[in-house]
Amino acid sequence: MSSDQISRDETLHIAHLARLAITDEEADLYSRQLSAVLAHARDIGALDIAGVEPTMHAVSMRNVMREDVVADSLDREEVLASAPSSEAGMFLVPRIVGEE
Amino acid sequence: MAIVDMTAREMASAVRNRELSATEVVEAHLSEISAHDREVAAFLLVLADEARHRARSIDEAIARGEEVGPLAGVPIAVKDNMTLRGVETTCASRILAGWRPPYTATVVQRVESAGAIVIGKTNLDEFAMGSSTENSGFFPTRNPIDLSRVPGGSSGGSAAAVAARFTPLALGSDTGGSIRQPASLCGVVGAKPTYGLVSRYGLIAFASSLDQIGPFARSVEDAAALLSVIASKDPMDSTSLGVGFDAAGIGEGVQGMRIGVVEEMLDGVSSGVASVLDSAIAALEAAGAAVERVSVPAARYGLSAYYLIAPAEASSNLARFDGVRYGLRVEGEDITETYLRTRERGFGAEVKRRIMLGTYALSAGYYDALYGKAQQVRTLIARDFAAAYEHFDALISPTSPTVAFRFGERSDPLSMYMSDVCTIPSNLAGHPGMSVPFGPAENGMPAGVQVLAPALREGVMFRVAMALEAAALEAAVPEWAKAAGSGGAA
Repeated sequence: MSSDQISRDETLHIAHLARLAITDEEADLYSRQLSAVLAHARDIGALDIAGVEPTMHAVSMRNVMREDVVADSLDREEVLASAPSSEAGMFLVPRIVGEE
Repeated sequence: MAIVDMTAREMASAVRNRELSATEVVEAHLSEISAHDREVAAFLLVLADEARHRARSIDEAIARGEEVGPLAGVPIAVKDNMTLRGVETTCASRILAGWRPPYTATVVQRVESAGAIVIGKTNLDEFAMGSSTENSGFFPTRNPIDLSRVPGGSSGGSAAAVAARFTPLALGSDTGGSIRQPASLCGVVGAKPTYGLVSRYGLIAFASSLDQIGPFARSVEDAAALLSVIASKDPMDSTSLGVGFDAAGIGEGVQGMRIGVVEEMLDGVSSGVASVLDSAIAALEAAGAAVERVSVPAARYGLSAYYLIAPAEASSNLARFDGVRYGLRVEGEDITETYLRTRERGFGAEVKRRIMLGTYALSAGYYDALYGKAQQVRTLIARDFAAAYEHFDALISPTSPTVAFRFGERSDPLSMYMSDVCTIPSNLAGHPGMSVPFGPAENGMPAGVQVLAPALREGVMFRVAMALEAAALEAAVPEWAKAAGSGGAA
């Protein structure tokens, strides 16, 4: 299985996908460590288990519904109090859409 | 007997009968904490004023002749990945430092309604990722039995607090062994219930299909008493099974029971831990059980499947820490740079490692070969356990292959992951498992025996645990407790 080695470039790419800034030295270290964990997982890669149903969850249950009744939710001011930045009942975030 | 050496049930009955006040019980524990937690570092936050206030109201309620709960006046420590409204909750991560949650976890509500008094929030490996509590974003916790060794993890603070007699009860969470492994390393009882028995509302998610909250105590009956308080239906958790746990009958013994020793969990076990297991087998046979070896072949693949499934779920769960709604924000030029900087600064190395591993396992091109295959292995593990339970009422194994190791001894991630090799399969299957201390192994350090049972057969699991406890050597106690002349609670 070719997926058990993660190169330094791949590590940087994964880190970016996960929105983690990492340094070049960290990329080297993580590349080695992640490759070692994946190499260990080679044992299940080698298993011939085509046709075995996957288990997503230990308890098989369908969507759980409740009665649609009005109830209190969390207090907005209390929730916003723990936000890094808020204004007029909303979370404030840095610019998302570019100027052009 | 010193108050801090009593069991939780003894404390509750003394408070109810007015032989002790809740205030005396709380003060005795707070004084142990202030004398020794500087060395142990089990707590991230000690709630001294709040605990005193609660103790006073319980004493007043008793004085008025009101009905108080089954745990009235009993201190309890809560792992800091469970919320208490308005009280800082960090998951031992810098990304959540200072966060005051606007709601209380269902388990905390339930222990408080039962009269227990939350005495503090305990340390953990950041976001419960680790097996030594060395990954805490703040400081490591030390093992009270030998301060040069780790307490295990990730619920290392809760296990250490109970072993150090800072509290008779604690709550932990177990995703791959995070209650049972530290219980084994610190010499206390720790149980992971069936998935869905205890509500996860207010437990900050690591791997949602595996996470489960459970009790720590110094006696099996105390652990059962705490589980019967927290097991419940909760409309706030859609995976809640809606059944409770009744501790009646756990003292009925193991006469005639069939107990299997899981062969796949004997590899790489230290000689001290192996001989602890041998004595446990002899004790169960002497108590009338038939003990035989049994193979659960797919359990061998548990570690590999776990280290794909748990990081995959974690990478998704931890996406919520983005510097927008709570916790740390490190401003960047735009939103992407803000995410990158906030998460770089806020998360520690192990958390980053697992987020990346999970992101990789879920990425296009690898999903089927890694994550999909791991989920198929999960089916095999459940199947092989079911086959074993056709012939056995319960299974046993070592809880962890070794006793507590020294700080820094397992800097290689894989060698750290190995310490959960016996506990992981039951999380993947959703089954209950618990660790019972069964005497010292290497260097006088405690080692636990793990008891496993089918889903919702906690009653059988606790019966086996009671039989083991009855035959176990006296529990290890911290040096300072020996000096004070107090022994293990009988």
